[in-house]
Amino acid sequence: MSDWGKVRLHVVTGKGGTGKSTVASALALALAGRGKNVLLCEVEGRQGIARMFDVDPLPYQERRLTTGLPDADGGRGVVHALHIDAESALLEYLSMYYRLGRAGKALDRFGVIEFATTIAPGVRDVLLTGKVYEAVQRNSRNKNAIDYDAVVLDAPPTGRITQFLNVSNELAGLAKVGPIKSQSDTMMTLFRSPRTAVHLVTVLEEMPVQETADGIAELRSAGLPVGGVVVNLVRPRDLSAEQLTAARAGSLDRGALEADLAAGGIDVSADLVDGLLQEAADHAERRALEDSQRALVADLGVPSYELPQMAGGIDLGGLYELAGLLREQGMA
Amino acid sequence: MSRSSQRTTRVGPASPTSRRAGALDVDALIDDPATGIIVCCGSGGVGKTTTSAALALRAAERGRKVVVLTIDPARRLAQSMGIEALDNTPRPVTGVRGEGHLDAMMLDMKRTFDEVVLSQASPEKARQILANPFYIALSSSFAGTQEYMAMEKLGQIHRDAREAGTYDLIVVDTPPSRSALDFLDAPERLSSFLDGRFVRLLMAPAKGPAKLMSAGFNLITNALTRILGAQFLKDLQTFVTALDTVFGGFRQRAQQTYSLLKADGTAFLVVAAPEPDALREAEYFVERLSEDDMPLAGLVINRASPEPAGTLSADEAMAAAERLRRAEGLDGSVGTPVAAGLLRLHADRVRMVLRERALRDRFATAHPQVETVVVPALAGDVHDLDGLRRVGDLLAAGA
Repeated sequence: MSDWGKVRLHVVTGKGGTGKSTVASALALALAGRGKNVLLCEVEGRQGIARMFDVDPLPYQERRLTTGLPDADGGRGVVHALHIDAESALLEYLSMYYRLGRAGKALDRFGVIEFATTIAPGVRDVLLTGKVYEAVQRNSRNKNAIDYDAVVLDAPPTGRITQFLNVSNELAGLAKVGPIKSQSDTMMTLFRSPRTAVHLVTVLEEMPVQETADGIAELRSAGLPVGGVVVNLVRPRDLSAEQLTAARAGSLDRGALEADLAAGGIDVSADLVDGLLQEAADHAERRALEDSQRALVADLGVPSYELPQMAGGIDLGGLYELAGLLREQGMA
Repeated sequence: MSRSSQRTTRVGPASPTSRRAGALDVDALIDDPATGIIVCCGSGGVGKTTTSAALALRAAERGRKVVVLTIDPARRLAQSMGIEALDNTPRPVTGVRGEGHLDAMMLDMKRTFDEVVLSQASPEKARQILANPFYIALSSSFAGTQEYMAMEKLGQIHRDAREAGTYDLIVVDTPPSRSALDFLDAPERLSSFLDGRFVRLLMAPAKGPAKLMSAGFNLITNALTRILGAQFLKDLQTFVTALDTVFGGFRQRAQQTYSLLKADGTAFLVVAAPEPDALREAEYFVERLSEDDMPLAGLVINRASPEPAGTLSADEAMAAAERLRRAEGLDGSVGTPVAAGLLRLHADRVRMVLRERALRDRFATAHPQVETVVVPALAGDVHDLDGLRRVGDLLAAGA
């Protein structure tokens, strides 16, 4: 049973380098069970989805990306992808809501489109989130569009996420009245509702965990619904607690290790044993750091999920593996 | 595969080029009195802030008068330097050893912007600008303002330092930009905005000549009014008109800072992690810097997995671990020997190191001119001067 059954919009944020795009992709795969349609969106112009799934760069158009992670009985849904850029979003918005005719062309000619999408403060974020809103809340203006069971947004990093989603605040003082103001208010109603969840990706290191805690506080004070914390790149647990303690203290039994290595068919040399003991000490120090940070994550008071570090890097198969782990832990 | 066999030269299409730049000599860079500015750039989460702080501390402890300028809103440098809060003025860092000294400062983007406005406009006009909602939004949230202000502050500190002789090295940590373009193009983007056709149109009515009020302009204002409301346009118009007087100053300063970056005393360090995304960003930086003739000193690859000792390959280690596991099952004894766990850890580490090396090799093949230093990941976090010293040692050890 999923912890987020009522959620239609999953926003995935995280500090740079924690793997938020990987987690967003894995979550989309995990959500796409039998008969489900899931949309995976990106807004930062990096074409990360295309690279991760090894497809051509995505246009401003919903594309079928791949099939989801199979259910226990083998049923699977479809994951679609959309690359949102502010300029296309503005043009689409204008043609959807206004019949500007000649004025529309004039806007472009006089550099207004460029102005609005690159310079005008706040407007860029409103356009990007506006398209995400439209995908979640399909209306009659967009004919023949797919109704998605879930939308996953690979969002800007933790430091910017509240500002990014808090669109009516960004526009406040700039557009006090007018349709764009009332539309941004409608968007906020969705973003603040239980149908949205903002998930934060972190790794078990001091600064990312601190930033996650700060991000949660900021989201809460802006009235935005905090989802789960995904702890990524967790080190493997190949040693028991006692072995870790011994490794840290440098008191692992060298003789027993040598005997076991020999029993495993390895040519034992002093160099090799020194190296393995050093690696054990490093690993134990890292695991101790992880444990102390894991306790802090537990104190955040939100559900958390863990994903392992993959030694060989992440490929498409690895994404499905991570998706399976998220589903097992109840995130999808 | 053992380490020696990995190093064997391969013949054929996939063989690496032999003409590669060597290791980056960090000490030579920071000891060179001609090096006046070091700019650390790279994507978010690769340890730029730590690298800048470690470089600055090392330079100071080797006798230079250093200031490190950081822009990170998470105040990570403040934490790692043991300073409670950094504001818009450089503050001395205590606990620095030796003859040199180190100041650190945190950029307050809005305050820097305000200071520029105050220094360029008459008090009355400045007040008008500072109160305008457009200015407030532009100065606090416009993507690019942070980068522009970082460059502005760098220019200021550089001018002051030259006049007063306060510093002989400025280390700059750049904002975690979405892309390299944000950082290098911010001054250009801001000035092109100020020069833009739309802005000139907006200013036209205030400047008088009625003939500029073209039919096209009316169409636009009507459309904008419909979408954004009349107040929006009015605020924008007031803002643009009020800012007009300081435009010339902005542009000139942006140009000056740009030339400063291109000058001989500046060195760019691109910081990356051995991950495909971070290296792709680094590649982008390297290309942009050379396109713009910016002085690139080298590449720092942080957080590399530490090299495993010995020559035991991942496959051998896994096979031995598996044999141990099976033997365990047979004799029915309780508990897994530590050897099996250590062998699996070793195998993971070897695989990771090989993958990272392949990524680095690919980068080096594409950019053979870039000197590189690889900094192994520390097992714990860096949060004090000793931690920074350790990073500094590792940075210098690459040479």
